[in-house]
Amino acid sequence: MSILEVRDISKRFGGLQALSDVNISVAENTVHAIIGPNGAGKSTLLNCFVGKLIPDTGSVSFDGQSVLGRKPHQINQMGISRVFQTPEIFADLTVIENMMVPCFAHRDGPFRLHAFESVPKERHITEMAEAMLDDVSMLEKRDLHAGSLSRGDKRRLEMAMCLVQEPRLLLLDEPTAGMARADTNNTIQLLKDIRRTRNLTMVIIEHDMHVVFSLADRITVLAQGTPLVEDVPENIKGHPKVREAYLGEAQV
Amino acid sequence: MTDATQTAFPAQTPRAEAARDAQGRRDRMLLLIVALLALAAPILLNPFPTASALAQFNAGYPDLMQRFAIYGILAIGFNILFGLTGYLSFGHAAFLGVGSYSAVWMFKLLSMNVIPAILLATVIGGLFALVIGFVSLRRSGIYFSILTLAFAQMCYNLAYSVLTPISNGETGLQLSLSDPRVLDGPSSGSLPVTSLFGAEMREAATITLGGWSWTFSVGYYVCAALLLLAFWLSIRIFRSPFGLMLRAVKSNQNRMAYTGLSARPYTLAAFVISGMYAGLAGGLLASMDPLAGADRMQWTASGEVVLMTILGGAGTLLGPVLGAGVIKYFENIFSKINDAILHQWVAVLPDGLEDAVVAVIHPFVGKGWHLTLGLIFMAVVIFLPGGLVEGARRAGAVVRRRDRNAPSVESDAAARRAAAE
Ligand SMILES: Nc1ncnc2c1ncn2[C@@H]1O[C@H](COP(=O)(O)OP(=O)(O)O)[C@@H](O)[C@H]1O
Ligand SMILES: [Mg+2]
Repeated sequence: MSILEVRDISKRFGGLQALSDVNISVAENTVHAIIGPNGAGKSTLLNCFVGKLIPDTGSVSFDGQSVLGRKPHQINQMGISRVFQTPEIFADLTVIENMMVPCFAHRDGPFRLHAFESVPKERHITEMAEAMLDDVSMLEKRDLHAGSLSRGDKRRLEMAMCLVQEPRLLLLDEPTAGMARADTNNTIQLLKDIRRTRNLTMVIIEHDMHVVFSLADRITVLAQGTPLVEDVPENIKGHPKVREAYLGEAQV
Repeated sequence: MTDATQTAFPAQTPRAEAARDAQGRRDRMLLLIVALLALAAPILLNPFPTASALAQFNAGYPDLMQRFAIYGILAIGFNILFGLTGYLSFGHAAFLGVGSYSAVWMFKLLSMNVIPAILLATVIGGLFALVIGFVSLRRSGIYFSILTLAFAQMCYNLAYSVLTPISNGETGLQLSLSDPRVLDGPSSGSLPVTSLFGAEMREAATITLGGWSWTFSVGYYVCAALLLLAFWLSIRIFRSPFGLMLRAVKSNQNRMAYTGLSARPYTLAAFVISGMYAGLAGGLLASMDPLAGADRMQWTASGEVVLMTILGGAGTLLGPVLGAGVIKYFENIFSKINDAILHQWVAVLPDGLEDAVVAVIHPFVGKGWHLTLGLIFMAVVIFLPGGLVEGARRAGAVVRRRDRNAPSVESDAAARRAAAE
C-alpha cells in the first residue's frame, strides 16, 4: 500500500522548469531514495511534500489525504517529519530542551497555552526525550548547548527530534552532506537502526551512492526535473540511462 | 555523566533531577530575596541620615519607590515578549497609556477603590495588545518594531485629537467633583483620593530613628505586592512549556513550523500577556496619582522600557526590574545634582581647581543625567551584552574562583550554563 502519492507535479521558477510531471509512489514501511545530479530538483520536490512550496500542477497525497494548501505545521501534525540539508535545530536551547519541543508538539498539537505548568514536572515528556537521546547515544550531551555541537551531532539531534514525534513518513535531504567520513558512517548506522526498529517510511535524498545502495528499497533517478527511471537498487546500478545522466559524472 | 548512557531505561538521570531541583530552589530563593528587598525598600533605599549631605541620594520616598515597582512591572512584562521571543516592540507605551486612561475612568465612574481600576486597566491593555499584536505579528524583525511604533504613535495622536472626549486631549484626564462615582456616591468639598477598601494610597507612617527617617506608605506596598505577583508569574512563565516554546520561536521559527508548531499564536499570547503587564503598570500609575495624559504614550516612553530591559539583562528574570530601578534612580536622583551641590562636595579644593572640577563634572549630572545614562548604556551593551545581571554573575564567578583558589572545569561549565539561562 502506498503512503505517499505524487501525481504529475510541476514547478516553475521564473524561466526555469524545476520539476515537470513527476510521479512517485512510495510504499509504506520502505526506504525510497531520490538521486540525481545537483540542481535536478530533489530539494524542490521535497519542499512540495512539506508545504514549503506549492506545485503549479499536480497533487501530493499522504495516506489518502491531500497535503497541498496545508501549512508546514499542519502537514507535520499529519505525521510527516523532515530533516534538512543543513541541520535545523534550536541552537540557543540545550540538547534536552531541543528534544522536549517536539515531544510537546506531539502531545499538545500546534498551540497550547500551557503557561502555568512546569517543564521540570513534565516527567513523561522528560523521559520520552531522554530515552530518545539515549537511542541516538547523545544522553551524555543532554545539557550542552545545541549550537555548540559538531555537525554530525547536530544532524543526529535533528533526526532524534523528528523520530521522537513518531512520524509515519520521514523525509531526509542529504543527511550526510558535508560530513566527515566517520560522521557519515555513524549516520548510515543510525538510519539502518531506525529502519530495523521502527515502523516508518523514509524518503531520502542522497549524493553518496554508498549510503543509497546500503539503505534503499527503491530508487528514483531525477534529472532536470524529470524522473528518468524508478527501480530496485540492483537494476539502477547497471542502468545505461542512469550511468549517462548521473553515475557517469559522479563516480569517475 | 557517562554512567547515564549505560543505564538501560530509567532515563531520568539522578544528576538531571538534582539539577532541576536546584533550579526550583534557586527560583524560590530569588523570589524570596526580591520579596524581602521590596518589603524593606523604605529602609534600604534611605541609607543616609536626613541631615547628611548625602541625603539627596536617598531614594526611599513613596513617590519614587512606587515608580521603581511600577516600571519594574512594565519591564518584566516587556521581557516576556522581548526576552523570550526576541520580538522587539516599540509600542508598549500605548498599553501603559490606555491602562492609565481606563483606571482614571474607573475612578470617575465607579469608585475610588483601586481594585476595579487596576483590573480594567489590565484587561484593556490586553485587548489593545490583542488588536495591535494581531496585525504587527504578521511581520518580524525591524518591520514588527516599526508596526508597533506606528500603532503607538497613532494612539498618542488620537488621544490628542479625535479621542478628546475620552482622553480630554492636552489637559489630560482628571477627576472632578461632578463625576458620578456610582459606588461611592457624590463627593462634596474636596476631590476624593484613591484607596484600597478605605486605606488611602497616600496614607503613610514615618518612623524616625536616630538621624534616619523612613516612610512606609500604603501606595508603595500595593505596588510592591503587585510587583511580586508579576515577578512570580514571570518565573512561572519562564519555566513553563509555554516559555520553552517562546524561546524556540526566538531560536528557529523554521524548525518550529516543521515540528508541527504554529509560532503565531505563541507570539500573540506573549504579546497580549506583556500588554496586560503594561496595562497594569499604567493602571497603577493612575492609582498613585489619578490623572492620565497622552504623554504617557509617546515613543520616548516606549523606548525607555526597551532600555530598562536591555540595561538590566533581556531574557533574565531579575534584569528588567534592575534596569527599571537604575533608570528611574538616574531620572529622579542623579538629575537633581546641581552646581551648588557640586561646589559643596569639592569645597576642600583650592578655589580655581574647585571650579575646574565642577566644570568637568557638570555636563554629566543634573540636566546632563541623560549623558551619563547613555554612556552607561553603551558600556553595558558593548562590554556586557547580558546586561547588569551578567555583570553581577561575572563578578560573582570571580569572587567564587578566588575563594576556592582552584578553578575546576566543572564549575566553569556550570557558570556558563547558568549564564545562558
Ligand atoms: N526558491 C527558488 N527560486 C528559484 N529557483 C530555485 C528555487 N529553489 C530551487 N531553485 C532552482 O531549481 C533547481 C532545482 O533546485 P534543487 O531542488 O535545490 O536541486 P537539488 O536537486 O540539488 O536539490 C535549481 O536550478 C535551483 O537553482
Ligand atoms: Mg538539494
